[in-house]
Amino acid sequence: MRGLIESARRRGLNGWTSIERGFDAAFGSGLNPLRHLGALACLAFMLLGASGAVLYAVLDTSAAGAWRSIEALSHTPGSWGSLLRGAHRYSADALAISLGLHIVREWLNGHERGFRRFSWLTGVPLVPLAAAAAIGGFWLNWDQLGQYSAIATAEWIDALPLFATPLARNFLTDAMVSDRLFSLFVFVHIGVPLLLMFGLWFHLQRITRAVVLPPRALALGTVAALLALAGAWPITSHAPAALASVPQVLRLDWWLLYIHPLAEASSPIAAWGVVGTAFALLFALPWLAPRERMPVAVVDADNCNGCRRCFADCPYAAITMAPHPNQRVGREIAVVDADLCASCGICAGACPSSTPFRSGAELATGIDMPQLTVDAMRNRLRVALAPGSIVVFGCDHGVRVESLRSPGVLPVSLLCTAQLPPAFVEYALRDGAAGVLVTACREGGCEFRFGTRWTAQRLNAEREPHLRATVDRRRFAFVPAGRGEESALKSALQGLRDA
Amino acid sequence: MREALVTSARAWAGQAVLYAAFALAIGLFSHWPSYRPLDANQALIKVSFVHAGKPVGDCRPLTAAESAKLPPNMRAPTICPRERSPVTVEVDIGGQAALRRTAMPSGLSKDGASAVYQRLVVPAGEQRIAVRLSDDVRANGFTHRSESTVVLKPAQVLVIDFDAEKGGITLQ
Repeated sequence: MRGLIESARRRGLNGWTSIERGFDAAFGSGLNPLRHLGALACLAFMLLGASGAVLYAVLDTSAAGAWRSIEALSHTPGSWGSLLRGAHRYSADALAISLGLHIVREWLNGHERGFRRFSWLTGVPLVPLAAAAAIGGFWLNWDQLGQYSAIATAEWIDALPLFATPLARNFLTDAMVSDRLFSLFVFVHIGVPLLLMFGLWFHLQRITRAVVLPPRALALGTVAALLALAGAWPITSHAPAALASVPQVLRLDWWLLYIHPLAEASSPIAAWGVVGTAFALLFALPWLAPRERMPVAVVDADNCNGCRRCFADCPYAAITMAPHPNQRVGREIAVVDADLCASCGICAGACPSSTPFRSGAELATGIDMPQLTVDAMRNRLRVALAPGSIVVFGCDHGVRVESLRSPGVLPVSLLCTAQLPPAFVEYALRDGAAGVLVTACREGGCEFRFGTRWTAQRLNAEREPHLRATVDRRRFAFVPAGRGEESALKSALQGLRDA
Repeated sequence: MREALVTSARAWAGQAVLYAAFALAIGLFSHWPSYRPLDANQALIKVSFVHAGKPVGDCRPLTAAESAKLPPNMRAPTICPRERSPVTVEVDIGGQAALRRTAMPSGLSKDGASAVYQRLVVPAGEQRIAVRLSDDVRANGFTHRSESTVVLKPAQVLVIDFDAEKGGITLQ
């Protein structure tokens, strides 16, 4: 089972990476929408909230008046009402697409397991909440599409032994659809998104600096595309709901309402089976192919001065600060929560005690990774660095730096490039290296979220600990590149040789 | 310089194409393909009711011993079974059996109403519809019957319900 899953994941990831690189070519990795799918889903959710608030203000929440009030929007001067309707509907579609792709991408990258399991499991319930909120929105218009969706949903729910009286009986005749029933519709369409927002709060609990909006250019581009679509292809109502007849031809929104034809083409129970199996699988995935637990960061009380840099840089809120047991009152010490630790080593790279220039046979730092200590990194340079060679620091998740090994090139692969204390660049140069090449995953593609950003900022002296200004900038290079992009590094290597 | 300009122009064009493809995919599948819930010459009959069957047994007088076991405020001259009869409905369309369903009473003590909701897709046009309903296990055969001929337009919904105040089985 595990082998099958891993094989499917590997093949899928290869395909996904190819597509992602194609998008990189157009957008650049920093603005690549495929690298910001969660944030794009949040953006669509915000657009839904903003457009929905205005729509709710003009909506007549009664069975008799709802259709008329929404239809009137399509005839407002300047088409603003039509734009509003389109923005609302198409944002819902965009949310469904980005949410689906977000799940696929996270799974392909193995992000459903290990320390990310909490985020995965709290994310799964957001899918049915989003679906329920979206489907409920069609009922509020109370046109033939809303009529069809409301009845199909009621019949689908009635297939489960939940209610003594079938919900679908509420839609037998027009007289049975009361304003009170419309209050329920409003609750579904507004109450469920509020639950979704609450669930999103849980989903983001275990990451720091949660990104809920894509970069500005991407956000503007997405909003512009949705508004252009709303203008070019306006959303219009079907005829008003009439329960004495079945709607003949529906312009179905397949992104959001696919469950109804699925239930009709098979059976309501079969559709529940499909949905139930899909969600059971999503919930089970973290345990179906678990990842081997890596050793977590360890704090050395004697070398931790409570500077809080590891606390600030940890992408997963795994570090907290507590009173220091060995030092005077007021001093702090970093404390690692093993359940939250991603074993990325970014904290070790952030620690000011990780500088290799410290004297002593053994380099002990404030916080370190047992599987690849800062001391081991320094020893590696001491032993393997030949004068005149180029040191390539990379990470286990980006370009395979080992593939660059050749006479005069010393590759050093870290848990994450941000595990590299920037002083190591200067140390390698002073120790005889002709140049230092640092590579990290592309922006937005870092396995540990901030590895690329923190490394770039530390090397550019924008973040502590920083690379000293006295280091000759011509003798080192920083090249973000994804797995399989070794050619980008080769040209950078050549540039360093020529310098 | 020229190469950089060409690369930049290509990137912008690529972005425009991808944004357009994104919008097109959303727009297209939010309208198309159109969906027909029912074929053009079909109509829909919904058989649905919520009806409490008759009690499964008769009321009987309490014996003196049974009465003595009850608190004084709960002593009644007769005792009736709580459980209701299941409700069975049969529908024939054009002389053919289209539905037979027995709905059990709801509730842990089986003292609630029985409910049925069933869709029957039929050809539009004239239909002879016979409905039989039994709600009393003590009675032999069906307790309510209805037979009528209706002309169903394409896509029309005919609701077969049960309303005791309107005389039992209703077609609307």
